[in-house]
Amino acid sequence: MSPIPGSGLAKGLAVTLRTMTRKTVTEQYPEALPELPPRSRGVIGLFEENCTVCMLCARECPDWCIYIDSHKETMPPVAPGGRERSRNVLDRFAIDFALCMYCGICIEVCPFDALFWSPEFEYAETDIRELTHERDKLRDWMWTVPEPPALDPSSEEPKEVAAARKAAERLAQQESGTHPDTQDGTRPGTQPGTRPGTQDAARPDTQGGAHPDRQDTVHPGGDGGPGQVGPPPEGDGGSRQDGRRPGDGRNSPQDGPEGDSA
Amino acid sequence: MNDVLDVALRLIAVFVAFLVLPLVVGQAEHKVMAHMQGRLGPMHAGGFHGWAQLVADGVKFAQKEDIVPADADRRIFQLAPAVALLPYLLVLVVIPVGPGESAVGQSIDAGLFYVLAVMGIGVLGSLMAGWASANKFSLLGGMRTAAQLLAYELPMLLAAASVAMAAGTVSLSGVLGAFHWWWVPWQLVGGVVFFVAGLAELQRPPFDMPIADSEIIFGAYTEYTGLRFALFLLAEYAGIVVLSGLTAVLFLGGWHGPFGADGLGWVWTLLKTAVLAFVVIWLRVSYPRLREDQLQKLAWTVLIPLALAQIALTGVVKVVIS
Ligand code: SF4
Ligand code: SF4
Repeated sequence: MSPIPGSGLAKGLAVTLRTMTRKTVTEQYPEALPELPPRSRGVIGLFEENCTVCMLCARECPDWCIYIDSHKETMPPVAPGGRERSRNVLDRFAIDFALCMYCGICIEVCPFDALFWSPEFEYAETDIRELTHERDKLRDWMWTVPEPPALDPSSEEPKEVAAARKAAERLAQQESGTHPDTQDGTRPGTQPGTRPGTQDAARPDTQGGAHPDRQDTVHPGGDGGPGQVGPPPEGDGGSRQDGRRPGDGRNSPQDGPEGDSA
Repeated sequence: MNDVLDVALRLIAVFVAFLVLPLVVGQAEHKVMAHMQGRLGPMHAGGFHGWAQLVADGVKFAQKEDIVPADADRRIFQLAPAVALLPYLLVLVVIPVGPGESAVGQSIDAGLFYVLAVMGIGVLGSLMAGWASANKFSLLGGMRTAAQLLAYELPMLLAAASVAMAAGTVSLSGVLGAFHWWWVPWQLVGGVVFFVAGLAELQRPPFDMPIADSEIIFGAYTEYTGLRFALFLLAEYAGIVVLSGLTAVLFLGGWHGPFGADGLGWVWTLLKTAVLAFVVIWLRVSYPRLREDQLQKLAWTVLIPLALAQIALTGVVKVVIS
C-alpha cells in the first residue's frame, strides 16, 4: 500500500514522461548495421582446406542438414616402389539453413577446425529451397569469421604453443651442446617408431599460430608416414639427424622441397 | 447570399479541421508513444521522421477489400462506421475556438446539451457494429460498450451540469463568457471526472475493455476491414480532438489566455486541446487496461460521487457569491 492513494498512478506517469525525454535505444537496422558480438551465431563458414571429409559433422548434426559428398582418390606412391595411398576428396559440402537450428554441434565436433561461426546473418531468400548453401557460399562466409579472441593474459598456455616452446628450448640446449646425449636419452621409449624430436623441433620455426592443425591437414599424405593427419614433413632436419626410421631415406627426396625451411 | 457563403466557409473550415486534427493527434500518438517506450516509432513514410505514416496507412486501408460477413445485418453493419464518426464532426461545428461570433462554426444556445447528446450517439456506432457483425466477439465487445456507455455517460453529464450551473447557461460561448481564472481550481474535480469519463466513452486505453484485442480480438470492430475500419479509427482520434477541445472549453477557459490576448484566443484553445490530447496519449502509454469490474467500480463508486460532490460544491459557492 502506498502512503498516498494514487501516488502509484502518478509514479507511472512520471516513468513514461521521463522515458520520453531520454534517448531512444532503437537501432535503425538497415541503415545502421548492428554491432554483433564476435561469437554471434549468424551462419556457418567452411574452411575447406581443413576438411578431411570425416563426416563427423554430418553425422552429429541433429537435423541432418549437412550434405557431404566425396570420392576416393588414389595418390601415386611418394617414392618409387612404394605403396599407393588413397584419400578422400570433397565433392559437395552443403548446409540447409532452412533446417539448421544453429545448435553449433557441427562446429563443436569438427576435429580439424574446418567449421566456424560467422556473424553474417543477411542471407534471407524468398524461396526456402535456396537456403541450402553450397561450399562456395560457405567458403565466402569463412572470410567473415572474426579473429578468435585473445586468450586471457593469465590463462594457461595453449597446448601447441607450450609444446613448441619446450621443443625450441630443448633444441637450443642441444645446439649449445650442454647435454648432447641426454636429449635422446630422456625419452627413449615415448614414441617408439616415430621420429623423436621431429614433431616438436619443427614447429617453432614454421608455425606457432592459432591454428597449427590447419597447415597440417592442408598437405595430407605429404609425409609418407602411416598417419594422414600426422605431423607435417617440415621436420626433415630432425629426422635426418636421428636417422632412426628405415623409411626416412626414402622419404627425404619427397620431403625435401617442402621441409627445407626447417 | 452573403450568409450562405459565410456558413459554407465555416463548414469547410470545420471540415478541414476535422480531417487534419485527428491525423495530427494520430501521428503525435505514434511518436509520443514510441518515445515513451524508448523507441522511435515510424521513421520511413514521408521524409522527416515518418510524418506521412498516417497518409500511408490511409492508402493501405483504401486498398483493402471491403468485406461484409455473410450473416451480418448488412445495412446496420455498413452504416455503423458513419454513425461512429459523424457525431464528432457535428460536435466540432459548435465548439467555440476563439472569442466572438466569428470563431465558431455555429453557435447554439443549448450548445452543451447538443454536444453531450450528439457525443452519446458516437458510441452507438460501436454498439451497432457489435450487434450487426454476427460474431460472438463483436457481440461481447458491443455489450461491454453498452455497459461502459451506461456507466460513464452519467458522471460526464453530471460534471458538465456543474459547469452549466456555475455559468448559469448551457451555451458553450456563454460558459466561456462567464469564465474566470479561479474556475479552474473550483471546477477541477468536475474537469477530471469529465475528462476520464470522456476517455471511457471513447474506449481509449486504459478503458479499452470493449475492444480488448488480447481477449476479444478487436471487439465490435473484429469484422471490419479496409476503409470502414479506418473510419472507426478516425472516429477514435476525432473523439480525442473533440473531448480535449470540450474539456478545454468547459474547464480550462478555452480562448482565455493568461495574458488576455483576445486576438490570439484560438491559439490558446488549440494549445489547451493539444496538451489534453497529449495527456490522453500519455495515459494510454502509462496504464494497463482496466478489468471489466474495475471499470464499472471506477464509474459508480468514484466518478459519480465525485461529480455529485462537485455539483454540491458548485451550488454552495454559487449561493455564497451571489
Ligand atoms: S548448427 Fe546444428 S543444426 Fe545446424 S548444421 Fe550444425 S549441427 Fe546441424
Ligand atoms: S567434421 Fe569437419 S573435417 Fe569432418 S567432414 Fe565435417 S567439416 Fe569436414
